[in-house]
Amino acid sequence: MNRVVVAGYGPAAHRLVETLLSRGFDGSVTIFGEESLPAYDRVALTSYLTDTDFADLRLPDLPGVVTRLSARVTGIDRAAKVVTTAEGHAEPYDTLVLATGSAPFVPPVPGASHAFVYRTIDDLELIRAAASHATRGVVVGGGLLGLEAADALRGLGLETHIVELSPWLMPRQVDEGGGAVLKGHISRLGLSVHAGVSLASIEPDRVVLSDGRTIDASVVVFSAGIKPRDELARDCGLEVGERGGVAVDEGMRTSDPSIYAVGECALVGGMVYGLVGPCFTQAEVAADRMLGGASRFDGADLSTKLKLLGVEVAQFGAMEGALDVTYMDPVGGVYKRLFVSDDAQTLLGGICVGDAGPYTTLKPFVGKPLPAAPSDLLFTGSAVSLDLPDDAQVCSCNNVTAGHLRTAICDGVTDVPGLKACTRAGTTCGSCVPLMKQLLEKSGVELSKALCEHFDHSRAELFDIVRVREITTFSELIGLYGRGRGCDICKPAVASILASLHNGHVLDGERAALQDTNDHFLANIQKNGTYSVVPRIPGGEITPEKLIVVGEVARDFGLYTKITGGQRIDLFGARVEQLPQIWKRLVDAGFESGHAYGKALRTVKSCVGSTWCRYGVQDSVGLAIALELRYRGLRSPHKLKSAVSGCARECAEARSKDFGIIATEKGWNLYVGGNGGFKPRHADLLISDVSTEELITVIDRFLMFYIRTADRLQRTAAWVESLEGGLDYLRAVIVDDSLGICDSLDAQMERHVATYVDEWRTTIEDPDKLSRFVSFVNAPGTPDPSIVFETERDQIKPVLIPLERLSSSLAT
Amino acid sequence: MTVAELPTRVWVPVCAYAVLLPERGVCALVDGRQVALFRTHNGHVHAIGNLDPFTGAHVLSRGIVGSRGEEPTVASPMHKQVFSLVTGQCLDDPSVAVPTYPTRVNDGRVEVGL
Repeated sequence: MNRVVVAGYGPAAHRLVETLLSRGFDGSVTIFGEESLPAYDRVALTSYLTDTDFADLRLPDLPGVVTRLSARVTGIDRAAKVVTTAEGHAEPYDTLVLATGSAPFVPPVPGASHAFVYRTIDDLELIRAAASHATRGVVVGGGLLGLEAADALRGLGLETHIVELSPWLMPRQVDEGGGAVLKGHISRLGLSVHAGVSLASIEPDRVVLSDGRTIDASVVVFSAGIKPRDELARDCGLEVGERGGVAVDEGMRTSDPSIYAVGECALVGGMVYGLVGPCFTQAEVAADRMLGGASRFDGADLSTKLKLLGVEVAQFGAMEGALDVTYMDPVGGVYKRLFVSDDAQTLLGGICVGDAGPYTTLKPFVGKPLPAAPSDLLFTGSAVSLDLPDDAQVCSCNNVTAGHLRTAICDGVTDVPGLKACTRAGTTCGSCVPLMKQLLEKSGVELSKALCEHFDHSRAELFDIVRVREITTFSELIGLYGRGRGCDICKPAVASILASLHNGHVLDGERAALQDTNDHFLANIQKNGTYSVVPRIPGGEITPEKLIVVGEVARDFGLYTKITGGQRIDLFGARVEQLPQIWKRLVDAGFESGHAYGKALRTVKSCVGSTWCRYGVQDSVGLAIALELRYRGLRSPHKLKSAVSGCARECAEARSKDFGIIATEKGWNLYVGGNGGFKPRHADLLISDVSTEELITVIDRFLMFYIRTADRLQRTAAWVESLEGGLDYLRAVIVDDSLGICDSLDAQMERHVATYVDEWRTTIEDPDKLSRFVSFVNAPGTPDPSIVFETERDQIKPVLIPLERLSSSLAT
Repeated sequence: MTVAELPTRVWVPVCAYAVLLPERGVCALVDGRQVALFRTHNGHVHAIGNLDPFTGAHVLSRGIVGSRGEEPTVASPMHKQVFSLVTGQCLDDPSVAVPTYPTRVNDGRVEVGL
């Protein structure tokens, strides 16, 4: 009497069955899926073409459920309560769920049969195959799905064109102003946008647009909307909407009380929902009804936040209002607009392009009094931390409110993974995870700051302990404040603290044993166990004589030579016993360690500056050299990079650095907290138009304050963001001396500058330290026989033994 | 049992004990094999294979020595997987282990047993 049959196996079907199981449903469940694959996450589909395999997308198995794949339901006999499949299989049901999803809308243009659609993994495989012998692709549809498809084509190496009927991209999510900023971002990525036109026809190797223009392209993908798959319902006489969709009531029940419909095939309250959040809610409502509950689906929040082609786009609440406040920065590519009620008291909605910060912080306030002045909310963006009301929705994918999360926290959940497990918040798109963290912090949950199993303290706390207690060795510190014998996390961190505070040689005494292999051999380990050597070239300025020495050393030791991004020269392939010989030659020629191996100042890049450049307004090279010499050897929680540009054209890319300086007519502007890397961030302006002397004082304090208070391996970008009060607080501390610590910071930097010595020079002068630079302790003259090179483009390249051979040789 | 068929253990001297820094490793070439030797803080000497099974580079002797719980360990300098100095077992991946070798200190010299 309790046989549930589900037609369709996408995310909505999966969620429905998962809900039934988790609530103790004791009948049988049979799922029919038309695809050959079990249910998978369609939201992350684009990633499948680049860096994900199917296992990552696949939704969890449903225990005890009969799943029939490659089995499409083709008929429903409502009188007999039996469904039949294309293969002729008949399955009786007591309750039937239609979760047949939708099909991409293919406009009726000539040649449409040559085009692809973008919905399933099979579609993606067809596109991938076609792209392998194509150079150009066209995506029809500039909405959310269209841009995802465009991203996929771009990822496959095609020159990509987007054709959108509306006058601007993503018309459902952004207004005209936002569309213009979005188009700017997308054009800069090399994609061509054709808005306000439609497709006239598709020919074998080109498409014709409605305005007569043509695009030579052999891959055409339709991604211009969806239409519900309601044919099963139509054929068996269930009520369907005029424009498609299986009509259901607020309990997701069709006109036949034994049949439910959920997801993109369902028409509820006159709407078909294509977003995953509402579809999940529908599945949960239907499951609840099937178990005798009374949940209702009363429409859904259609707010969207996504990152497409690297651009954040978000829309929440209404897209119009009596009053609005707009922030637009066409240069930075940021557009933010808030809609408020006519008395300017109530937030109605917002649109963001380029920075979705307001979405995360403000969406929960839609329909509620504004938490601050609209202009403040737009300008300070995500830095404002607001108290959310209990009924504010935090996770719209899984409909979790701040109240739900607070209850879980009260019940003893202490971290984000715990909250995810018990509320599902943050498990679908993940955009609410920052808010979840904020709620945890505001509830007074202490997130563990323990460095590792050997210390309960954070790096900043250990720094203070070492400074105040005047501790000089790791053994003393772990004996007094830790346990065990340390590890690869705490030992280098403490080594860095000791070096920041006391300078001294990194290989002196017990400290040698704390260093990572890079610091231990004062060089950078590479994949075959050899090392690379980077001499310091301050500001990137070098005489021909010194350049010749670098070339001679590289030639004589057979090293692979490459120019780095930091205006230096990297020499690869040195064995440990060669390092002292190489450095003897370099030191004799006047070179010093470049500290490329250390968590320390790396380089201060510069443009050529006012000395040569007809645009330059200050001597950027001179300042870069002065800064690099001042801060060389300064050990810090992570590497430090800097650059100086001689004018606002910013050729040195200073705003991508931990501290970057840009010349002005009146002096210098200082930017802090930038980096490239995994998560690029532009540095923020800290002070402007200052003299060289003032500039250096503020940089001294910035660096020392960072070294004192940052976490292990926390770059300045993350550190600045983590400071409560942000940039204003930082400015108060290091410019206005609000904590009264500037004297101490200044003194600490003076001590560093006064005690700096080149660690390679002292190493090659010390026989004891030199004796460690051998491949084999019992055969000091023997090079490591496992290091082998071949030649590529006239230079050496490591040859590695394949790991399969390694494991088989280990097994014997 | 096949104990009787095993050849008698050979002890190969490799270096003076005093050469080993506390909590640091060196590599020795013993009968063509690369052996990583470590002196822990309590003076014990451990020997494991120098080959990092995760990357194929001979580098374990250059890792950071420490402890996990009571177990003395070394972390690969490549990708930081931690190995027991006593058993050679990788503590981050139970399916991986490196060979271990017996050691002894004889008249101030470190010897590795083969």
